[in-house]
Amino acid sequence: MSLISTLARLEAVSTGRAQPAATVRHRHLSDRPLVFVPLITAGEAGAPLGALVGTDRDAPRLLVVPQPRDRDLRFAFLAELADVVLPYVDAYAEVVEAAERTETDPETGKRVKVEVDLCADAPQLIVPSRAGIELVRLLGRSMRFRRTAEQDPEAPYPAPPRVPLLGRWLTHFGERARVPGSSLLLAMTDVLGRHWATGQSTLEDQHLGALLAWIDPPEGLTGAEAALRAELERDAQGQLTCPPAGPATDPAFDNKLLAPAIERYDRARTALAAAEDGLEADDRLGALTAAEREIRDLVLSRTLPTWEKVWQGLDLLRELPVGAHVEERWTRDRWSFTGHRDRVLAGEPPQPRRDDAVTAANKLATREREQARLEAQEALDDPLVMAGRRLSGEAFAGEVTDVVMAYSEGKRPSPRPLVTVRTDDRPHLGERTKVYRSLGGKPQSAEFVGAEEDGASVVLRILDKMGRGKEPEPGSVPEKGDRVCFTLFEHEQRGGAKLPDPEETPWTHGGPPGEATLEAADPVTAEDVL
Amino acid sequence: MTTLFDPSAAAAQATDAILHDTLHGTARGVVVDSPPGAGKSTLVVRAALELAEAGHPLMVVAQTNAQVDDLVLRLAEKKPELPVGRLHSSDADPYDKALDGLENVRKSAKAADLAGLAVVISTAAKWAHVKADEPWRYAIVDEAYQMRSDALLAVAGLFERALFVGDPGQLDPFSIVGSEQWAGLTYDPSASAVTTLLAHNPDLPQHRLPVSWRLPASAAPLVSDAFYPYTPFRSGTGHGDRRLSFAVPPDGSGPDRVIDEAAESGWGLLELPARHTPRTDPEAVRAVATVVRRLLDRGGAATSERSPDPTPLTADRIAVGTAHRDQAAAVRAALADLGVTDVVVDTANRLQGREYDVTVVLHPLSGRPDATAFHLETGRLCVLASRHRHACVVVCRAGVSDLLDDHPSTEPVQLGTVVKFPDGWEANHAVLAHLAEHRVSWQP
Repeated sequence: MSLISTLARLEAVSTGRAQPAATVRHRHLSDRPLVFVPLITAGEAGAPLGALVGTDRDAPRLLVVPQPRDRDLRFAFLAELADVVLPYVDAYAEVVEAAERTETDPETGKRVKVEVDLCADAPQLIVPSRAGIELVRLLGRSMRFRRTAEQDPEAPYPAPPRVPLLGRWLTHFGERARVPGSSLLLAMTDVLGRHWATGQSTLEDQHLGALLAWIDPPEGLTGAEAALRAELERDAQGQLTCPPAGPATDPAFDNKLLAPAIERYDRARTALAAAEDGLEADDRLGALTAAEREIRDLVLSRTLPTWEKVWQGLDLLRELPVGAHVEERWTRDRWSFTGHRDRVLAGEPPQPRRDDAVTAANKLATREREQARLEAQEALDDPLVMAGRRLSGEAFAGEVTDVVMAYSEGKRPSPRPLVTVRTDDRPHLGERTKVYRSLGGKPQSAEFVGAEEDGASVVLRILDKMGRGKEPEPGSVPEKGDRVCFTLFEHEQRGGAKLPDPEETPWTHGGPPGEATLEAADPVTAEDVL
Repeated sequence: MTTLFDPSAAAAQATDAILHDTLHGTARGVVVDSPPGAGKSTLVVRAALELAEAGHPLMVVAQTNAQVDDLVLRLAEKKPELPVGRLHSSDADPYDKALDGLENVRKSAKAADLAGLAVVISTAAKWAHVKADEPWRYAIVDEAYQMRSDALLAVAGLFERALFVGDPGQLDPFSIVGSEQWAGLTYDPSASAVTTLLAHNPDLPQHRLPVSWRLPASAAPLVSDAFYPYTPFRSGTGHGDRRLSFAVPPDGSGPDRVIDEAAESGWGLLELPARHTPRTDPEAVRAVATVVRRLLDRGGAATSERSPDPTPLTADRIAVGTAHRDQAAAVRAALADLGVTDVVVDTANRLQGREYDVTVVLHPLSGRPDATAFHLETGRLCVLASRHRHACVVVCRAGVSDLLDDHPSTEPVQLGTVVKFPDGWEANHAVLAHLAEHRVSWQP
């Protein structure tokens, strides 16, 4: 944890309110996000119990699996989920704009510009917490290899038509969420935690109710009191008044309310199956419907508070002005979305279970680059983030006190002005350390020449972005009295080296992975059909 | 002791076996594990010269520009007439200016300019951009344990066979983003190059250099036991071979007492009162700086097997090691206050592969309220505790062993990954237990 975030957390404790950790919003928020509040059943990984999902705050769609261990009911849930998610995704896939992309021409091997479609906007999924992102991944993993009856008439448990496609999209969202700074799939606790520092640990910040209690405490309560109440307060029945944001549920809820309700549902179902005539069946169907309604009400009662909190979080975030580089990062999300749309349209198989060596290395390189880019962009967009970097010696701001014109040696001397900056910061500058400042959105580099006697002034030599002439272009060199801010980190990331194609994987990494085969769905085991 | 151990003979035997496998073996790769200061660079230079003499075009992959320049200088020193290519980046000042004075070293940012030279040396990052129609017959990959698997993936197409040399006990490569997704895969891109190489080619011959020439007899057993429990090594020198003495008698202060203890026994622990502190603990930082100042002021002289006469302990023979960069910066500032400017102060990552007479280490866990995986990393402590030829002084707050007991390793177990032994927790305890015997408590 950086020094400034420690200070912010201490201040949150002493003032009883979360402190801003950012002055602008660093993540893209869609005008029409799809909020997804899922619940799972205890005891089985990724067995959905129900969910609230939708784009309309006032009209969420409630999906429930009354008997979570019943595979048919689970498929029905996933099919319903597909009916909500896929039309939402498709709406963005259809609207495109023209864009340019550099591609390698397969014949000449040269890099050429080609015109391609880029989706004008992209969908955005919002889940309450980080565990929700894990569940999205898990659901995607469990669905994308399934076969529908149409794809494979022999499949033992055919999936409903659109379920495998939903699995591919959820996998894409889950994978994209691993890229730093991406916004296709966001966890509300992560985004809020980026923008506010509370007086509790980051682990406790994963509780959406407690986190919001710090950021926006109710009248008359401090953040600490409100957070404690959100975590612990129970009603007369022993149930948490602020249910956890899931996907896991509170054991007291499981034991006291859910398990008996599911048992009543099971009994009603068995009774219906045993009905001997139509009249009896009608009666028992009524009992089954009532038992199902009871479970639906229970699921709604646990998801609706979280649903409200996610939207409250969105309200809070929307009050912040958007950061300058957010749009650029969102464009990369749009490229990612468009790319997957194209792969689906082209009939490519679902994402493999495991990446091959080259894909894994490429993904890691991309994420490292995005991480460095995100850190630099957040600092450039936000003086409060930059203050943190200044405090840790990675940047400094100050006033220009002197500018001396100097030139490089060589046949064509170029301007290399010496700029003295007076600063109260303590940057970690060594001999010839490179520093950068933003000049009209482009980084201008300089090198550290030396410190003045008093230690409060540093002398820099400006190295570039001054034009081609002997005299620097106007405005390209800071002037006496200017406020400047230099960073020790680079503003833009270089692209890494190109890795070999997967079919040219070298011997050190096991050689080429071989033909891609269509992977089968997980085999059904005895546990699957309890 | 039943048989007399001859370090030179043992080392020579190991080297011969390595060179034989490299030059005449059938395997596509040879892996050499080298403990700290076991003559890894000497081996690389010798293997390069022998391969070049046999007429095989050779590419050498190192990890940093400093390592590359160092290798070029060593090669030129051994065999000035050998045509060597230094492939460098197109940044400003891409290589050490000392290379300009070497007649047979050609420098270029383009691999094509260096075609046909006996040996071409560059960093893994630069090699990754090279496209070769014809792969090199041989390659030497230096510091292979510090190279990431994805970096090897980018360059492995350039060579047919390779000698991989490195120290398995130093810091593992790291990535700035999570890579749990690939944990357990044989080609996990964030793993070390050697891990991936051996996972796919388990039959490659593996060798080990058995003797550390750097570490004194006082340090080799501890470092070997704590960090290389299954691949022990010995010191190349005996207990009487190295001596550190000071002209100025101690003034009775903590720093002087710990210096004397370290000079006598090879290790010294300057223990400050227990306290939770920020990373740049001002008292500990000042204590480190004071120890360095006193080391210089007391007119130290080091006697070793290298020369019969004592050599003065000058600033360039002393280094300070820390875990974090801000700590290094704080120590530098404190040293500057005491008028010391030319002592190297750096993090464990940057001290890897370097050698000094005396090191002063700010313990990674000093003053911390928690023991994270970063601070427990075995390699970090190993690097810090194995840079010295004579003595190592560790500055630390009291209470670290309690801290360790409060924070047992809780890293999630990943299926399919090779568990590294020893874990950082155990290695830290082993080192602390040894240091406790050389403790000097001091209230600054």
